[in-house]
Amino acid sequence: MPSPRYTREMPQRYRLEANKCKKCGKIFFPPRLICSNCKSREFEKIKLSEEGKIVTYTTIRVAPDQFNTQVPYNVAIIELKDGVRLMAQVVDCKPEDMGIGKPVKLVFRKVQEEGAAGIICYGYKAILG
Amino acid sequence: MREVAVIGIGMTKFGELWTKSLRDIFVEAALKAVDDANVDHIDAMYVGSMTPGLFVGQEHIGALMADYLGIAPIPALRVESACASGGFALRQAFIDVASGMNDIVLAGGVEKMTDGADVTYALSTAADQEYECYHGITFPGLYAMIANLYFQRYGATRRHLAMVAVKNHKNGSLNPNAQFQSEITIDDVLNATMVADPITVMDSSPVSDGAACVIVTTIDIAKKLGKPMIKIIGSGAATDTIALHQRKDILSLDAVRVAGERAYKMAGIKPSDINFAEVHDCFTIAELCIMEELGFCDRGKAYQLVEKGETALEGKIPINPSGGLKSKGHPVGATGIAQVVEVVEQLRGTAGKRQVKNAKIGLTQNMGGSGASSVVHIFKSE
Ligand SMILES: [Zn+2]
Repeated sequence: MPSPRYTREMPQRYRLEANKCKKCGKIFFPPRLICSNCKSREFEKIKLSEEGKIVTYTTIRVAPDQFNTQVPYNVAIIELKDGVRLMAQVVDCKPEDMGIGKPVKLVFRKVQEEGAAGIICYGYKAILG
Repeated sequence: MREVAVIGIGMTKFGELWTKSLRDIFVEAALKAVDDANVDHIDAMYVGSMTPGLFVGQEHIGALMADYLGIAPIPALRVESACASGGFALRQAFIDVASGMNDIVLAGGVEKMTDGADVTYALSTAADQEYECYHGITFPGLYAMIANLYFQRYGATRRHLAMVAVKNHKNGSLNPNAQFQSEITIDDVLNATMVADPITVMDSSPVSDGAACVIVTTIDIAKKLGKPMIKIIGSGAATDTIALHQRKDILSLDAVRVAGERAYKMAGIKPSDINFAEVHDCFTIAELCIMEELGFCDRGKAYQLVEKGETALEGKIPINPSGGLKSKGHPVGATGIAQVVEVVEQLRGTAGKRQVKNAKIGLTQNMGGSGASSVVHIFKSE
């Protein structure tokens, strides 16, 4: 992905930064400028929990070009302990180890590369346990 | 608000149309619709197309198609809502005529997906690029996640998904415009190449080229032209979070449900009044979830209806008599209009071997992304 856009996403991807509505308490990841729940525009910055569980999952066997060398790989929707959901790869395990409700932890890993000479994109992935 | 009727329909065959260009297929479908409606002019045009810029490098296709259809300088523009672009184009045409802004309006849809573009990438731009695609998810993957949760919550299996594909291929085998005109078996689906567990290539709609067009007008003009009276009695549209993981419930396609409720309310009818429906079966699991959101059965029960044959042509509520996206093909921007073409054929009683008996009220449901946008129309023959 292009470098300027990647720079913009770093606080979310590197530090799991989200924002919490000061009025209704709803947490947004990624951060938003207006609360979709109560329309407030006042937020405080928070850091998400790194622990959660699998809501649902799949194993990708036909991938987009930049993920071709990784197949098969697992992707899951994860609900963190603070109630926030996000999508991430679940790594260091086999497809048959995946399951709805299984506990996961977020870890900091390389996610993709922008071509042979491009930037290396880091971010969160999940591991079981 | 004025009442609106569909007086002309036209579509190309769906499939790999390598010898025809984007503009050629659109004009071919549009001319069929113009000839069918027997109108001498068009007041405005809406062209549904998801991403001609990525598929063939051509944007600005509203003007392009008006020029090649020989109807410039009428107002013409492209409508985009991912795979729901066609359905939303019809809604704009409906609003135009209903409001009194224009009398005769063409709503079309077109996509050319097999001209060599990176189709997986082009389609993925309708998902959340930065928080879904970044992690390597694909559209089959998103629907696979829905399927896995559906299995766990309701006890359905891959076999039930396969039954949807088998039924739609059977219908498609009776449709001369369908991309695939051969029947398949449950084992064909179960043994097909896995794309994203549990979705196989045979649970997925194909990559297609194609165009479809309809012409809508006022009741008075429709009467003067002596066409069979097919009224649009309900139109509903809705949106939802673009990212699947941000939904309150992964199995709840709120945009589909709300669009349906709005269309039923406008039409003054309930789900049990619908005789048949064309729904957005981009993947087999989608057809099941959509049936539930549209109120054709309770939540978690759609697969049982499929198992009993109630969604087949001769069943209680035939779903996708055209063959659906699965068998008819899914040229993304054209799909929503092709659904309307099928419903009008059914309501006119001209659907041949795939004719639904006693078809009086039909519904179309068109969806963008993993359910981030949806549009529903209800049609009645009078
Ligand atoms: Zn709030």
